[in-house]
Amino acid sequence: MAPPNFRKRALSSLIILILTAVIYLAMHLLIAAGIIGPFIRGIINIACINIIAAVSLNLVTGLLGQLVLGHAGFMLIGAYTAALITKNSAMPLSVSLPLSLLAGGVLSAVIGLVIALPALRLRGDYLAIVTLGFGEIIRVVANNLEFTGGPAGLSGIKSLTTRQNATGMFDLIFPITAFVIFFSFTFGTSRHGRAVRSIRENEIAAESSGINTTYYKLLTFTLAALFAGIAGGLYAHQIGVIAPSRFDFNKSVEILMMVVLGGMGSITGAAISATFLTALPELLRSIGKLLANVLPDVMTGFFNNFDQYRMLIYSVLLICVMLFRPKGLFGRSEISITPLVDVFRHQGGRAPKKRKDGTK
Amino acid sequence: MYLITQMLNGLGAGSIYALIALGYSMVYGVVKLINFAHGDIIMVGSYMIFLTLGSGQPLWVAVLVSISFSAIMGVLIEQIAYRRLLNSGAPRIALLITAIGASIFLQNLAQLVFGANQKSMPKMFQLPAIRIGDMNVSNTLLNIIVAFIMMAFLQVLIHATKTGKAMRATSEDSGAAQLMGININRIIIFTFAVGSALAAVGAVLYTNTYMQIKPLMGGMLGLKAFVAAVFGGIGSIPGAMLGGFLLGLAESLSVVAGQSKWMDAAVFALLIIILLVRPSGLLGKHMKEKV
Repeated sequence: MAPPNFRKRALSSLIILILTAVIYLAMHLLIAAGIIGPFIRGIINIACINIIAAVSLNLVTGLLGQLVLGHAGFMLIGAYTAALITKNSAMPLSVSLPLSLLAGGVLSAVIGLVIALPALRLRGDYLAIVTLGFGEIIRVVANNLEFTGGPAGLSGIKSLTTRQNATGMFDLIFPITAFVIFFSFTFGTSRHGRAVRSIRENEIAAESSGINTTYYKLLTFTLAALFAGIAGGLYAHQIGVIAPSRFDFNKSVEILMMVVLGGMGSITGAAISATFLTALPELLRSIGKLLANVLPDVMTGFFNNFDQYRMLIYSVLLICVMLFRPKGLFGRSEISITPLVDVFRHQGGRAPKKRKDGTK
Repeated sequence: MYLITQMLNGLGAGSIYALIALGYSMVYGVVKLINFAHGDIIMVGSYMIFLTLGSGQPLWVAVLVSISFSAIMGVLIEQIAYRRLLNSGAPRIALLITAIGASIFLQNLAQLVFGANQKSMPKMFQLPAIRIGDMNVSNTLLNIIVAFIMMAFLQVLIHATKTGKAMRATSEDSGAAQLMGININRIIIFTFAVGSALAAVGAVLYTNTYMQIKPLMGGMLGLKAFVAAVFGGIGSIPGAMLGGFLLGLAESLSVVAGQSKWMDAAVFALLIIILLVRPSGLLGKHMKEKV
């Protein structure tokens, strides 16, 4: 017997699939038509990578409820692994890049597991500090080893985007992003996800209900490390140059900021705030240019040099969100099209009440 | 001889860690919050010394300005960033995120106000040279002596005064302390003020020893001091001192071994090992989690 909501869920999944395909094709058209230039294209790719990173951090911080301050460390592992493989491989990039991403993700997941085994015995702020420590250790190691290029890092990492193929990187990044979001969502609403969430609510109660807390904590942590590693690999090939300093504590905080702003536990929230925070500096710069004649010089100066004030404003934002809306913009709820589906199926009849618990 | 001078150096650096760790430990003991911004208070204190000395004031004025400004800064951070969350009983994770926010805010504000470049400090204390071998150890001795005086001062404050008793009570059970008529808010403010003032004393020693300051100096310094506090047993004052000195020694030994580039990684590795093997630290009390 199919569950009662099966048809509704199937329908909304289908709609989401179609929507994703439409967005993908629309991007292709816009890029082919030259409306989206290389600059915006780069920002879109970076936004997608940040979405992967934020959604993966959301698994641990939102779903499991543990603060991780070393997420950039896992990105670093993925980035270096992938870059070293594609740089030293004889295969064409279109083959070696996906393989290297996988390798980077797996290595990151393995290291994540090794870290999680001891670290997850700790909770709360101690776990946060330990993950911060691991992130720093990974960075220092990358800084001091020979084959990672030391503090200068690696450069000349090839990109799939070429003169002939303007959507090279996008074609790889976008499906991966869609998959990570899809996977996180199904994981979060599955039996496993409910088990993980029960650990967040009360670990002792979860354990007494027969949930293997250690297993689920390790699973979540490893999954997050896996996706972060893939995000790192994509980042390396999108930017072309990586150095240990790009994956420092500030980077971890930036990803955390995306999760916190969107709402800890909300995947769509994390995705939207990741997109927003990635685009914000450029957005403000263009606003500044647009309004250069109207605004006083102080304001345009601020808009144009936003990068200088970025972390200052992020930190104020972080504090304000925690003080005034600790659950973030979306809380734990998701933006879902299921209610819309209902409206259409009932032909404008009584729309069912919106659910707030994030399930469809 | 080289080993002895290096170890003395380590003890000198360790006493700075110890002073900062004392502040961490105090705040953690009372409000159970890892005050990430604590390291950046040291940076604020250092810039205050730099500015007051630069404006031609005598040293004792600079030290006083730095200590009082840092104490005010600590209280301000507590009032603006933590107070609401502390009162509403928000989850610890929210407090920690706010503390990180406060730390990043201070770092970036300082970069804007003072510029991102490092500044050189003028010579501060005119000490008679005390030589061991060919090294002048007067600064190192000063650091160690000041650290011990501060520790003694804190011990007296916490174990022999009424305020100290109230602090211990709040630390043990803030609800019960409130029922006994202790004004918890005042105790928390007092704790932040004293902790930040200690950080400023650490800043005085730091600037005197290293003679260079920059807006981001507080980050690593604060984290290392935190490691020291955890090492010694967070919440324990002699523990924070012991942790600071041991950390300083460990660092100087890594210099002796020619592996100073791995120093930071080693510090964090040490932290992880302690937390796994003996989470309560060397001198801390083990607390069981209640259901």
